[in-house]
Amino acid sequence: MTVVPSYQNTNRLGHRFGLGKMSLAFIVLLAAAAVIVPLCNLVVPETSPFYIPDHLVALLGKWLCYAMLAVSLNLVWGYCGILSLGHGAFFALGGYAMGMYLMRQIGTRGVYGHPVLPDFMVFLNWKELPWFWYGFDQFWFAAIMIVLAPGLLAFVFGWFAFRSRVSGVYLSIITQAMTYALLLAFFRNDMGFGGNNGLTDFKDILGFNIQTRETRATLFALSAGFLVAFLLVTAFITTSRFGKLLVATRDAEGRTRFLGYRPENVKLFVWTLSAVMAGIAGALFVPQVGIINPGEFAPANSIEVVIWTAVGGRGTIIGPVIGAVLVNGGKSWFTGLFPEFWLFVLGALFVLTTLFLPKGIVGTANDLWSKVRRKKPDNTEGSAVLQAAE
Amino acid sequence: MIWRMNGLTGVLFALLIGGLMLVAQTARADEAQLRSIIAEFATAKKFKQVEAVVKKLGETGNADAGRVLRALSDGNLKSRKDDGTVLIVTGKGSNLALADPVTGDAFDAAGAKSGDFRKVKVKNSLRRKIAAVLSSLTLKSNRVETRLAAARTIFESSDASAIEALDDALKTESDETVKAAFIEARASAVLASDLGVDEKTAAIAQLAERGDRTALGVLSKFAASAPDELKPRFDEAIASVEDSLAIWANAQNIWYGISLGSVLLLAAIGLAITFGVMGVINMAHGEMVMLGAYTTFAVQELIRASAPELFAYSLVFALPLAFLVSGSVGLIMERGLIRFLYGRPLETLLATWGVSLILQQTVRTIFGPTNKEVGNPDWMSGAFEIGQLSITWNRFWIVLFALAVFAVLYAVINRTALGLEMRAVTQNRRMAGAMGIRTSWVDAMTFALGSGIAGIAGVALSQIGNVSPNLGQSYIIDSFLVVVFGGVGNLWGTLVGAMSLGILNKFMEPYAGAVLGKVIILVLIILFIQKRPRGLFALKGRAVET
Repeated sequence: MTVVPSYQNTNRLGHRFGLGKMSLAFIVLLAAAAVIVPLCNLVVPETSPFYIPDHLVALLGKWLCYAMLAVSLNLVWGYCGILSLGHGAFFALGGYAMGMYLMRQIGTRGVYGHPVLPDFMVFLNWKELPWFWYGFDQFWFAAIMIVLAPGLLAFVFGWFAFRSRVSGVYLSIITQAMTYALLLAFFRNDMGFGGNNGLTDFKDILGFNIQTRETRATLFALSAGFLVAFLLVTAFITTSRFGKLLVATRDAEGRTRFLGYRPENVKLFVWTLSAVMAGIAGALFVPQVGIINPGEFAPANSIEVVIWTAVGGRGTIIGPVIGAVLVNGGKSWFTGLFPEFWLFVLGALFVLTTLFLPKGIVGTANDLWSKVRRKKPDNTEGSAVLQAAE
Repeated sequence: MIWRMNGLTGVLFALLIGGLMLVAQTARADEAQLRSIIAEFATAKKFKQVEAVVKKLGETGNADAGRVLRALSDGNLKSRKDDGTVLIVTGKGSNLALADPVTGDAFDAAGAKSGDFRKVKVKNSLRRKIAAVLSSLTLKSNRVETRLAAARTIFESSDASAIEALDDALKTESDETVKAAFIEARASAVLASDLGVDEKTAAIAQLAERGDRTALGVLSKFAASAPDELKPRFDEAIASVEDSLAIWANAQNIWYGISLGSVLLLAAIGLAITFGVMGVINMAHGEMVMLGAYTTFAVQELIRASAPELFAYSLVFALPLAFLVSGSVGLIMERGLIRFLYGRPLETLLATWGVSLILQQTVRTIFGPTNKEVGNPDWMSGAFEIGQLSITWNRFWIVLFALAVFAVLYAVINRTALGLEMRAVTQNRRMAGAMGIRTSWVDAMTFALGSGIAGIAGVALSQIGNVSPNLGQSYIIDSFLVVVFGGVGNLWGTLVGAMSLGILNKFMEPYAGAVLGKVIILVLIILFIQKRPRGLFALKGRAVET
């Protein structure tokens, strides 16, 4: 695959991150939203047409977290050809780490008023805190765990999987088995993570009441900020020399190996990085929805992430964000109108996207744009994903 | 039928239960005779007279007399002073409960006071006679089941007073099974008696030979209080019983494992074919199983509505229909969707997942989201025992059925033209095409076959679990793991994979619990895949690396 430099068509900042104009504009818009949406929620009076109601802020914040998850999946699937059906597991692990911190912050305000033990442990008649809950009363420790827990799992998993050259559908199946195993494990009360009910009833985050509008707006701004950061990281990685290697691994793993590279190390790096990104997304998700339970590990959830990415356009920088927001927006709208039929729509999305829109919305738009300009598609923006998924 | 009686309730009650088994079959005439004898209790004023009535009851040989005799022994048999009706009366003062002496049905006790009744006299020497009559009624009953039940209850309660009755019964007993049961019951009773060491040693040996959990219970009950010279015998016997129990427990686990394994085999075998031949992971495979199960439900509803007498054959009708329904859905899927996605296995995976969502929601819309009850025909309900193994008929038939499906499929693949072409395409698609095999036609047929097999798996699975729109989801991950574990392109791999996963699962459960056991298995498989990425029975050669 030849790389056609297209630097002369992009501006300077875009050049630095290898972004097309469209993507750059999108990212700038997103960064602006990080400031404007909270302002429109907090400062603008309710009567104003620019006022953004609280529930909308919460909803948007949730979608942004989903978008982050999709971006992280896109990094491994879109650019490295690893179809993970278990990314929800990393998301949920990050979420649980955050949830454990939030549980410890409740203190004596729980139903049973125990100073150390969370309610569910008192309910289960536990006498002391399990060792793996130590340290979660400190935010810095929780923050480390948010990165470390999913990162470590991904590293160990990937280290085994990529070294023995498990790839293609086999890899997809065992990632699914991984999240399924975690689902079953977290459902158990004995695990010490709240079992079926998960962790909920949060009060404070870093000393701020989690229910107030200000905290919620801040969380939204943080989510948008992190999303922008993730997009920039993706752009930076995929356009670097390493990014070329990534795409080479995706399109012809054998050839890459024969050229003297180590595809398993390439895969392991993006895989772990992607898991960490998913974990952070989960950690931001939990305080905004106020609960984390084992349901987040469900294999169906992880597959849904795949369809967000596919609809938006895998192998494109901003595609996953667009896909996540569109599909989740459609879901909110549709389940409100005809709750019965949402699964039909979702199923049809899977079928139709793979059949007719394999490059997703952004990829297809890019192709059309290139055709109009009578120019070959820009390589940094989702070309030729179709060749050899294996 | 398993009888778990607490040994302490005593032999009388136990024998009575044995007698009660007869109630349904006893002729009404017998009951009338019984009632006329019972009525004589009202006039029996002296012990001698009471004893004569008891004897008469014994002579009837009717086990229904058990209830009234037991009530008499307990001092609860009373006659009403005004009309002489004989009733079973329990309670005190004006707080009484009245019951029929033959059937035990409750009477209206409103306004009844204990002063209204006269107790039928009873004393200890008479009680012993009653016990003897009772045991002869059951131990010598002309029904084998009653005698067996009586022996079993004596065995469990270790009633020393029953030895005589047993010896007496043994003399006339002709049925070998009952005889063995009597001897074991006697052994149990001997341990409780004050007989000599030799008798007891023999009894211990007999119990050790029986070797089940109740024998262990009886042995350990007397081991603690045994005299020193018998202690080592007890220890030996208990050890030997425990050994035999452990062996049976393992056998039971293996059976459960095989049973689970054949469920997995049924669910996975169709997947193995499509995955093996086409390299396509069909995420809607579980929904094909679900369609098969719903076909069974629909067939049964139809039969119930139109021809209930055919219900026993409902599964026979359902099998070909389920094959057709799932097979044609599979064919439509292949022609309408999957063939456009060849060479893109990951996309196929996503598209079939989409189809699975649509199928689920379709079924949910048509049949509703709740579980559907699929009936078991008579020949699939109940259980039988081999030694100490308890095997339910539906599990038994499903194991047989899974093996039959495997055999048929094996024959199709190895003995038919379609099978030959399938194998050729599996090994080298392009070469097979070059040899004139219509690979796309083989793909379509394979997919239809695999889906159809999933459909008939659904018929079987509807017999052991709930039929709901989520049925497929609960099997799909396990089926993948079986296929991935067993290796692709080889049916034996699927068989061995399914059985070993099933057995492993059942052996983990006692130690780790059902959920944790499953988690451990998943982790083990994930690790196994790392070691052998192509499964247990991997295809060898260059063709695999495509």
